[in-house]
Amino acid sequence: MNHSDAGQAMEPLMFSATNLNAHNRRLQWLFRVLFGLMTLILVIPVGVILTVLVVRGGPAISMEFLFSHPSDGMTAGGIFPALIGTMWLVAVALIASVPVGVAAAVYLSEYAPDNWLTRGINLAIINLAGVPSIVHALFGLGAFVIFAGFGTSILAASLTLAVMTLPVVIVATRESLQAVPLAFREACWNMGATRWQTIRTVVLPNAISGILTGVILEVSRTAGETAPIMFTGAAFFFPFLPLSVFDQTMAMSMHLFVISTAVPGVPDELKYGTALTLITLVLFMNAISITFRSYLRGKKKW
Amino acid sequence: MVGEDVKLSVRDLSISYDGQPALSGVSLDVHEHEIFGIIGPAGSGKTSFLRTLNRMEMLQNNMTVEGSIVFDGHDISKIKNVFALRRRIGVVFPLPVGLPLSIYDNVALAPRLSGIKKKAALDEIVERCLRRAALWDEVKDRLTALGSMLSGGQQQRLTIARALSQDPELLLLDEFSIAVDPVTTMRIEDVLKELKEEVTIILVTNLVQQARRLADRTAFFLSGELIEIGDTEALFNGEVKDQRTSDYLEGRFG
Repeated sequence: MNHSDAGQAMEPLMFSATNLNAHNRRLQWLFRVLFGLMTLILVIPVGVILTVLVVRGGPAISMEFLFSHPSDGMTAGGIFPALIGTMWLVAVALIASVPVGVAAAVYLSEYAPDNWLTRGINLAIINLAGVPSIVHALFGLGAFVIFAGFGTSILAASLTLAVMTLPVVIVATRESLQAVPLAFREACWNMGATRWQTIRTVVLPNAISGILTGVILEVSRTAGETAPIMFTGAAFFFPFLPLSVFDQTMAMSMHLFVISTAVPGVPDELKYGTALTLITLVLFMNAISITFRSYLRGKKKW
Repeated sequence: MVGEDVKLSVRDLSISYDGQPALSGVSLDVHEHEIFGIIGPAGSGKTSFLRTLNRMEMLQNNMTVEGSIVFDGHDISKIKNVFALRRRIGVVFPLPVGLPLSIYDNVALAPRLSGIKKKAALDEIVERCLRRAALWDEVKDRLTALGSMLSGGQQQRLTIARALSQDPELLLLDEFSIAVDPVTTMRIEDVLKELKEEVTIILVTNLVQQARRLADRTAFFLSGELIEIGDTEALFNGEVKDQRTSDYLEGRFG
């Protein structure tokens, strides 16, 4: 104690704060508080939404609500067909878009020469991400429902969702491929490995967690979108479980839209319960992929 | 004794990046079973020279190569199967590259890719190459650990073991000791002296004394030109034709 007391009493001039030091310290404090507040503002809506949904929708959730069909003109009963329908839509959309998206990203990142065509393709992908979802909906109606002859079906709706979310998968995959150091590839090429051997043994295994991030984002968007499935496969009211991809289906997002805007006399509880189930479904699917991803991340390191 | 058979013959080799010359008009022969040293300051074209020897310029489309390189009697610019060429040439980079695979897989990767599947054969290759790279004793009990988590010096010896895994006839070393401690450097240098019996080695180094310790003959590159080639001992004993060479060797620049 004596030692530090003496030190404070005799603090040498070189460690005392100058005006500039004090000014820098004030600025540092100011920006820390400012940025912290911004972060807080960002979190508030998420917190409010979740709280309201849990408080108002929570009481509606029951086994009966989840596993029974809507009844009395959708003013009572459950959401089972919509729940199953959303799972169908997400699953078929993923099956359609993940292989295409990953393959395209591998091509763009590993094979494509850096020329105007490649740059054009990259630009097109970014623009595809910016196309409003209602435009995707109309495209899906024209391309899949009418031209390809799938009718309003899970297949048509899922393909529309797949086209819409492809950029997410492609961009996430490409970023994660490019995060694998070039030195790893060069080491492989120098050993006489072909590009494909290099991709298979060194590049893809180390990019897999980034690819999964893209898939997670895609799941969330696919489950939540309403416009693209409205004209292509989601039914207003279809109280049967779909048996194949050529059936129409109900979907959570569409159902929520319908009972909130188009059907009079639906109890609020039902609406909030539906919203809560949808968000829980998405969070649950995300949790699975996040767990899987952190398992992979823990395994691979450099 | 150094064999006089020519392993690699380079004539009028010029390299440029986007029209910027990096190397111009280099001609030299590398003999079988010698350590051929290349010294020179940064930016003298040493690394570019190495990259052309196994056709890595194909993967870099701003790089243009002119002139001829004949490896074992074959003009390498006419070889269609460059993968076979690269399998006969081992490369070690300045910074160690432990691939994010197990130590075992790091060494077994290249043999596997070229079709060796039998566990016994792979085991034999892995042990032999790790022993030759003076790493076996340190890692033999943890071959399943990640190669990328070894220390820098160990990773560099792992890289050498990997480069040896396909029994190359030519080994290219690009400033291998830059990220390695002096003790490891000396161990690797001892390894190279032994390897010379079986492999032809081209050693690019920015350590003049390393070239003196290891190289049978040494070439001096400066600003993309080959200034001179000579017997290493003779060069260091002052038998130089060009003033710039002796200036560099004596540390007056570079």
